[in-house]
Amino acid sequence: MSGVLLKSIARRSGGLDHLIYVLRANPVTMFAFAMFALIILAAVFGPSLVPYDPLATNAANALQSPSLAHWFGTDSVGRDVFSRVIVATRLDLSISVAAVALSFVIGSVLGSVAGYWGGWLDAVLNRVLDTIMAFPLFVLAMGIVAALGNTIENIIYATAIINVPFYARLVRAEVNIRRNAGFAQAAKLSGNSDVRVLAMHIFPNALPPMMVQVSLNLGWAILNAAGLSFIGLGVRPPTAEWGIMVAEGANFIVSGEWWLAVFPGLTLMIAVFTFNLLGDGLRDIFDPRQRT
Amino acid sequence: MLNVKDLAVSFQTRRGAVDAVRGISFELEKGEILGIVGESGSGKSVTSFALMRILDVGGMIKAGEAVYSGIDLRRATEKTMRDIRGREISMIFQNPRAALNPIRKVGHQIEDVLRRHAKATRQNARDKAIEALEAVKIRDAAARYDAYPFELSGGMCQRIVIAIALACDPRLLIADEPTTGLDITTQKAVMDLVIELIRARQMSSILITHDLGLASQYCDRIMVMKDGGIVEQGDPLGLFSNPQHSYTRKLVDATPRAGESIRSLLPPEDRKPELPHEIGDDALLDVRGLTKTYQGKSGPVHAVKGISFTVKRGQSVGLVGESGCGKSTTAEMLVRLMDASSGQILFDGEDIAAMPARAFAKNSRRGDIQMVFQDATDSLNPRHTARQTIAEPLQRLGHLRGQQLAVRIEELAGLVGLPYSLLERFPHQLSGGQKARVGIARAIALEPKFLILDEPTAALDVSIQAVVLNLLMDLRAKLGMSYLFVSHDLHVVRLLCDHVVVMKAGEIVEQGPALQVMSDPQDPYTKELLSAAPKPPARRIVA
Repeated sequence: MSGVLLKSIARRSGGLDHLIYVLRANPVTMFAFAMFALIILAAVFGPSLVPYDPLATNAANALQSPSLAHWFGTDSVGRDVFSRVIVATRLDLSISVAAVALSFVIGSVLGSVAGYWGGWLDAVLNRVLDTIMAFPLFVLAMGIVAALGNTIENIIYATAIINVPFYARLVRAEVNIRRNAGFAQAAKLSGNSDVRVLAMHIFPNALPPMMVQVSLNLGWAILNAAGLSFIGLGVRPPTAEWGIMVAEGANFIVSGEWWLAVFPGLTLMIAVFTFNLLGDGLRDIFDPRQRT
Repeated sequence: MLNVKDLAVSFQTRRGAVDAVRGISFELEKGEILGIVGESGSGKSVTSFALMRILDVGGMIKAGEAVYSGIDLRRATEKTMRDIRGREISMIFQNPRAALNPIRKVGHQIEDVLRRHAKATRQNARDKAIEALEAVKIRDAAARYDAYPFELSGGMCQRIVIAIALACDPRLLIADEPTTGLDITTQKAVMDLVIELIRARQMSSILITHDLGLASQYCDRIMVMKDGGIVEQGDPLGLFSNPQHSYTRKLVDATPRAGESIRSLLPPEDRKPELPHEIGDDALLDVRGLTKTYQGKSGPVHAVKGISFTVKRGQSVGLVGESGCGKSTTAEMLVRLMDASSGQILFDGEDIAAMPARAFAKNSRRGDIQMVFQDATDSLNPRHTARQTIAEPLQRLGHLRGQQLAVRIEELAGLVGLPYSLLERFPHQLSGGQKARVGIARAIALEPKFLILDEPTAALDVSIQAVVLNLLMDLRAKLGMSYLFVSHDLHVVRLLCDHVVVMKAGEIVEQGPALQVMSDPQDPYTKELLSAAPKPPARRIVA
């Protein structure tokens, strides 16, 4: 028994070695992962670390420019911009992660089924996806949120729906080329039913390109959520959220209070940038062929 | 004409520089056909790429000289090289389909090279291209001019590639595995054509191949390469009858020849006595009137037209035929991955054709009928280690867990000669022969009664093929399995099989005891197959 255990540990540490190798081999990936870790930390511990209550107003201290006391300055009702930017991380990240997870799961199932069995199912699904993609996606998301109601859940659903076609198409193509591969046939000979062959043998091989899609999508999803909030859909004031903060701050740029919009905007940009850089690294980690 | 001296090529990789060719020297006379023989990774293709200066990214000529008719191929400018390629030195590639542009008419692709080297003008390009097609004996050349590569067979595509290579009358032709992947009769036709054209135009040629038999039949001189170096060179007859280097001897031994036994493919020190296998009297598998008809776009396609044959318990049957003859379709139906259109497959008396293929995964007979796939790489899940791959049937059908599973996996690894340390590796970390062993271990994991071998050695080097064939023979004796060996190569089938079934266009044209079919073929098609195979000279037995 201990032999088996030892081997499974060896296998796991092989994965860890591989992770370290990927990070070492590519400084950009290393940087992206460091930034990603920072964003996660901000999302998890941010609310308990920030110096000020993000919702506490203080009219006497309104529109202060950045200083030692208020690193990113204060807004029109005297709230600390730095605290609000940090606290908003959790909300923005949860929206994008939830939306991406949802579209990943739905897209994977639809794409796998269409790619494996083909036929009329495939034809119908493709036309439905074409229809979704024919809309300007942001406008579609706006419409969905406006129709379903102005809640965080609905932002997540809207963001998920507009991203499903990308996942479904990618998975469909990856599954389709492996449908008759030798290893899929061999899996059937080993007593696997069609569903098991698809789920346990073919689908995992689609993961590396999926990871690139996931990381790009996380960035898009954050932008999308912030965009919806910016135009007044979705998250409502006074909740701290990057899109709302940029929207509110935009009114003050003309009068010289630039920090209101610039800092949340910069944070948003850095977050999206990080996710975009993450893609290649994630793919290398999920692809066993990169382990040499 | 061509003078290569101390040529060394190296590639930059993730783990430092790798030397692919380590200082080789050779000369090529005018009108001579030189064969470069070696197994995968020996540097034979890299040598030819270096001469044409078309090495992959990261590859460079590190040292040495290559002089062609006074031109220094190593230092010539890219512009000079572009003029040389196609007009002075031409190349035929391994995979003709990949070498042709899939979305351009073949005639236009021939015109390209003619126009590039100013051998034709816009006015007469079409005529010249058709002439080139006629030169490679393509019937109805004017009509073929407008064909796209996908409309042509593999042999036809290779003729087009040859036409392109010869269009500008080069002085030197490099053929890199020109017939790999082609059927044996097509191989003969293509090789005969190439040699005829080379002789007629008094060109020089370098034929690169892994097949010693092929090289000895068509070349004036053979050079054997291993690990980037030349181990031996000489005339074909001498090389075969009296190989000097141990590696050449191993290669010569491993090349299947008429009248040799399966053990004689191995080096003498590895030749253990053959284990006998017993053939029962009752039929294990009885195929009756099996047919498969597809609904194609232009009417029904009859892939298999009602074939009947029997496999006795413990017997090994060879199913031989060329691509498209329906042998793979038959194998897929027998292994129950595909439903038959009609007919019976009686396995131990039970008609398993009556059960739909998709439900067969759950059948109690699933473990009794297994298969070793043609392409070992393709048949292993790239995300599974060797251990996971072998474990799959044991877990799913054998219901083994934990310690029992681990023990059985190691037992199987031992049986197929796979070192335990390789069990944790992924397929891309294994060599071709090791992957074949993993595939065989998986197939025999449940001790099947009937094992279908679908060209299990087609993608392997001859020395690895020799080892795998011997392994299969030992396993048969140890486990008492019946084999159906599907192959295009009668000489390989003969080594392992008691009975041979020859298929052509979905029908059985001849069947009988292997020795009888080989020595006294009745059907003209069987005769053609036998005569098309390259015949390496027999090795003189040195006492």
